[in-house]
Amino acid sequence: MSEPLIFHFDVDGDNFTSAGQASVTIKKDLRRLGLSSEIIRRVSIAMYEGEINMVIHAGGGVADVRVFEEYIEIVLTDRGPGISNIDQAMQEGFSTAPDAIRSLGFGAGMGLPNMKRYTDDMKIETVVGEGTTITMRVNLT
Amino acid sequence: MKISTIKELLDASVLCSEEHINRHVYSACGSDMMSDVLAFVKDQAVLLTGLVNSQVIRTAEMMDMVCIVFVRSKTPSEEMLRLAEECGIVVLKTDKRMYEACGVLFANGLIGNKVRRE
Ligand SMILES: Nc1ncnc2c1ncn2[C@@H]1O[C@H](COP(=O)(O)OP(=O)(O)OP(=O)(O)O)[C@@H](O)[C@H]1O
Ligand SMILES: [Mg+2]
Repeated sequence: MSEPLIFHFDVDGDNFTSAGQASVTIKKDLRRLGLSSEIIRRVSIAMYEGEINMVIHAGGGVADVRVFEEYIEIVLTDRGPGISNIDQAMQEGFSTAPDAIRSLGFGAGMGLPNMKRYTDDMKIETVVGEGTTITMRVNLT
Repeated sequence: MKISTIKELLDASVLCSEEHINRHVYSACGSDMMSDVLAFVKDQAVLLTGLVNSQVIRTAEMMDMVCIVFVRSKTPSEEMLRLAEECGIVVLKTDKRMYEACGVLFANGLIGNKVRRE
């Protein structure tokens, strides 16, 4: 089995305007690999939602994307406040985003459900007060 | 529906990527909440929004959308237009409010707005 292609990004938690840049870059990189537009769209939307979450809820973090022969893995890690109730957070419409974030177009409570919808597998590991790691997979075969 | 038709129907001005004005659009989505937009997958869609920041352009880019219409005379920044130009997204601006802009396009046959569910 060949080695995966690895992409690494630091996601700046202080800059809302630049949030999403890692996902834009991944989208371009995946295009260059010649993957289908459907796969590219699913990976980049899921990563974009996760990236925005790290910026608005967790003060930034890191994103790692690995492209294997059979799947793409996206790992988002932050040292934010953690998620106290994952089941609740996964519900469509649940959001703790303040009005300031809503006026920026986020806080519909759709991000995590979208990430689940667009990927084949999603795992959330979180410790309140320590941070959150979200691992997603999109199958290529 | 062609983007040029949308421009006429909404009495809109073209802010960038005018060279793609003859592209076709098959569905539309009107929202100020970006994750609502991201829940919606359709090829060659147009986004109508009253929200103005860079994330609108990125959201459209993630979704492979071909056109963004800013309603209520909202004006995007130079930086936003540069981002849109880079990915070939046509940006329009109309005086119409969201309700009317969506209604006009819908009445003229631009329907189809399906949320993908597992
Ligand atoms: N990385 C994270 N760290 C801490 N809390 C998080 C994180 N990601 C999500 N959450 C919590 O889970 C809730 C739901 O997240 P989700 O992405 O579904 O909605 P949202 O970000 O509030 O709104 P939207 O994604 O629609 O803009 C958030 O409001 C927040 O409380
Ligand atoms: Mg979110």
